[in-house]
Amino acid sequence: MAYSEKVIDHYENPRNVGSFDKGDESVGTGMVGAPACGDVMKLQIKVGKDGIIEDARFKTYGCGSAIASSSLVTEWVKGKKLDEAAGIKNTQIAAELSLPPVKIHCSILAEDAIKAAVEDYKKKHQ
Amino acid sequence: MTKPALSFPIYLDYSATTPVDPRVAQKMIPYLTEHYGNPASRSHALGWKAEEAVEEARENVAALVRCDARELVWTSGATESINLALKGAAEFYKSKGKHLVTVKTEHKATLDTMRELERRGFEVTYLDVGADGLLDLNQLEGALRKDTILASVMFVNNEIGVIQDIAAIGEMCRQKGILFHVDSAQATGKCDIDLQSLKVDLMSFSAHKTYGPKGVGALFVRRKPRVRLEAQMHGGGHERGFRSGTLATHQIAGMGEAFRLAKLEMAAECHRIRALRDNLLAGIRQMEEVFVNGDLVRRVPHNLNVSFNFVEGESLIMAVKDIAVSSGSACTSASLEPSYVLRALGRSDELAHSSIRFTLGRFTTQEEIDYTADHLRAKVAKLRDLSPLWEMHKDGIDLSTVQWAAH
Repeated sequence: MAYSEKVIDHYENPRNVGSFDKGDESVGTGMVGAPACGDVMKLQIKVGKDGIIEDARFKTYGCGSAIASSSLVTEWVKGKKLDEAAGIKNTQIAAELSLPPVKIHCSILAEDAIKAAVEDYKKKHQ
Repeated sequence: MTKPALSFPIYLDYSATTPVDPRVAQKMIPYLTEHYGNPASRSHALGWKAEEAVEEARENVAALVRCDARELVWTSGATESINLALKGAAEFYKSKGKHLVTVKTEHKATLDTMRELERRGFEVTYLDVGADGLLDLNQLEGALRKDTILASVMFVNNEIGVIQDIAAIGEMCRQKGILFHVDSAQATGKCDIDLQSLKVDLMSFSAHKTYGPKGVGALFVRRKPRVRLEAQMHGGGHERGFRSGTLATHQIAGMGEAFRLAKLEMAAECHRIRALRDNLLAGIRQMEEVFVNGDLVRRVPHNLNVSFNFVEGESLIMAVKDIAVSSGSACTSASLEPSYVLRALGRSDELAHSSIRFTLGRFTTQEEIDYTADHLRAKVAKLRDLSPLWEMHKDGIDLSTVQWAAH
C-alpha cells in the first residue's frame, strides 16, 4: 500500500511521543482501541490553569496511518481549549493525511482518543 | 578485503517467488527465438527439437522427485495442478464416496478448490494442527471414513515452513484405499522427495519457487497403482488427455533446468541456508518477547516466521522497508484479518498481527542477514518505544486482563 508523504513524515518522525504521569491532576488520559483489532492509542493532554491544553503526548500500537493520526492530533490539540480539542473531527485528520478509505478507522480512533482524554480530565475536575 | 555493497531492498521473500537462476534463463532463451516449433508438430524438425526439450525437462523433474517421467503432466503452475488433482480425482471417483479430507493451514489453492467441491456436493473435513503447525496422525485417522475418497496435505507450509509427515500419512491412506494428494510447491529443492517410496498418488509442483520461471508447473499422477482423473481442460488431448493446450516449451525447459540444478545443489544449498537462518534467528533472539511460529526442527531451513510481541505487523513491515518480507497479516484488507495459518496454531490475535515471514534462498548472503538483524533490532525498539502495550507490559500489567474498548 502506498502511504502519503505526510503519513510517512509523521511515522518516521513522530511528534510528542511519550507519557505523562496519569495521576497528575493537570493530565487527562485517553486510551482507545484493542490489540485484537490491531490498534491501541493512548493520548494524554496536560492542561493549564486557564483551561488551555499546554502539551500532549501519545503512544500508539498500530499501522503507520494510526501512528501518523495520533502524532498529528498531539500537534493540533496544543494551544486549544478543551471543547475546541474535543471538536476535532476525524474527517479533518483523514483529509490532512490523505488517508485511503481502508485507513479511515485510524482517524476515527484518533478523534475518539482526544475525546476520551478530555473526558478523563473533566472527570478529575468535577 | 572490503565487504560487497548491499543492494536494496534485501530480498527475503523467496517463498513468495524466487528469481530465475541465470543458468535457467540461458536454457530458456533458445526456445523462444530459435527452436520455436510446437512440441506437438510431428511433421518437421522444429517440432521434434521442441519435443526433445520437453521430454528432457520431464526427465529432469522426474529425477528430482524419483518418479517415472511418464507420470508427470505439465500445467501452468501449482494452483492448476492442485485444481486438476482435487477436482479431477473427486469427479472421477465420486461414485465411491463424496468425502474429502484436508488441513486448515493448507494454501488457498487447496482450500478454495475444496470449497468449490463442497458447492458441487462433496463433503470436506478441515483438520486442525497443533501449536507446532503439525498434523496429528491420530486425528487424521479419526477423520477418515468409509466414504472418504481423497486426502490432501501440503509437504511444506508456505507461511511457517513446517514439514508434515508425508510418509506416515501416505501409509495410512494407502492402507484404507484413500487417494493422497500432496502440494509440494514449497518442498522441491528443500526436502528430499522420493516418490518411489512415498505412498503418494498425486503431487503438485511449481517452477517459480525453485528458481524456475513463473507460469509453469507439473502434476505427478501415479501409474502403479493407477490413478485416474477427469480432465479439467479440454482441447487437443495433449499430455495424454489430462491437460490440453500447446506446451510452453521455453517455460518447461526452464522448469526442467531449475529442477536439474536443484537436484545437484540441494544438499550444499540447504546446509548454507540453514547456517544463515540460524544466524538471523540468533540476531533476532537478542530481543525480548519474540516468538518463533511453528516447529523449528521439522521445518525447512529457508523459513523463519517470527512474532514481535507488542509491535503491530503492518507498521513493522513499513519500518523495515529496506527488507522485502511478508507479514502474516493481510494488511491490505480493511478488516486487518490476521493470518489464518497462525490463528490455526492457536496464536493470540496480537501475536498473529505482529508476525513477519523471512524466507531465505540461493542468493542470500551473510552480509544481508547481518544488516537485517541489526535493522530489525533498531526498528522493533523504536516501535516498542511508541507502543502503549509495551509500556503496560513493562509496568507489569497482564494485557489479557485488560478490558479493551473494542471498536
